Amino acid sequence: MQIFVNGKAMPLPTEAMSVMALVEHMQLTGKRIAIERNGDIVPRSQFAQVQLQADDKLEIVGAVGGG
Amino acid sequence: MSDALVIAGKSYQSRLLVGTGKYKDFTQTRAAIDASGAEIITVAIRRTNIGQNANEASLLDYLPPSEFTYLPNTAGCYSAEEAVRTLRLARELLDDHKLVKLEVLGDPNTLYPNVTETIAAAKTLVKEGFEVMVYTSDDPIIAKQLEDIGCVAVMPLASLIGSGMGILNPWNLQIIIENAKIPVLVDAGVGCASDAAIAMELGCAGVLMNTAIAAARDPVLMASAMKKAIEAGRESFLAGRMAKKLYSASPSSPTTGMIG
Repeated sequence: MQIFVNGKAMPLPTEAMSVMALVEHMQLTGKRIAIERNGDIVPRSQFAQVQLQADDKLEIVGAVGGG
Repeated sequence: MSDALVIAGKSYQSRLLVGTGKYKDFTQTRAAIDASGAEIITVAIRRTNIGQNANEASLLDYLPPSEFTYLPNTAGCYSAEEAVRTLRLARELLDDHKLVKLEVLGDPNTLYPNVTETIAAAKTLVKEGFEVMVYTSDDPIIAKQLEDIGCVAVMPLASLIGSGMGILNPWNLQIIIENAKIPVLVDAGVGCASDAAIAMELGCAGVLMNTAIAAARDPVLMASAMKKAIEAGRESFLAGRMAKKLYSASPSSPTTGMIG
């Protein structure tokens, strides 16, 4: 299965994967991030329940310096 | 003297709000922000780097959200939709944080705000429960409209973002301040400490700046200067200036008791 993360295609190692598994796969566990999936926020409390679908478009963001 | 800045029901001792961008490194960012005395600091929301530097230091390590009030912004957004999506992400990122800075730009060269998109975004965000501090032009009618929508602070530019040109239209700012029932903060354009003091003397509730500090030769020293300028300008405003006269027949020293 392939999804898109931050505008780039990302092949996934398995066909069934939750958002939480993706976060682990990307070594982002414990990082302060927020995730939008196909235009909607995925609350952190639902990372484990939400299953990714092929061609999902994810935005994974953090806070950086800015004015 | 208690003279707190109140935004969305919360009191702040400092009337200087600062950005966290354009610094040499996080150590300098932290040192400058400490010197500024700011309690509210803006941050940008950006895509995380994928697959590299998993242990890279982050801004949050140097400026813990427990010590500061974060003001996530929509810098770089050119549409209401982008801005709203960005701030929804920010709210999730910062644990249901509601205080945000809305800015929707109209042009990449001048970074001048797009007020129609700003108004559209403000309406959506207020409806969704955000506390919106809104960056806008110095148009008094637009400022009033943003207040009527329910923004918690209106933040007109003094001059263009990052220009350091100072306060180009004090008269418009004065009209905005006179008409507003919510705090008016100058956001963008301040270049040096005297600019910040002038903004406060006009009656601004506060000033938000980034480049004026970060792009100074000595950012930490400039941050300290800005802190003093904001305080001096505020006290000068509260004290009420003397009337201007072309000349005065009233010397400061006694006219009697002269020798001879």
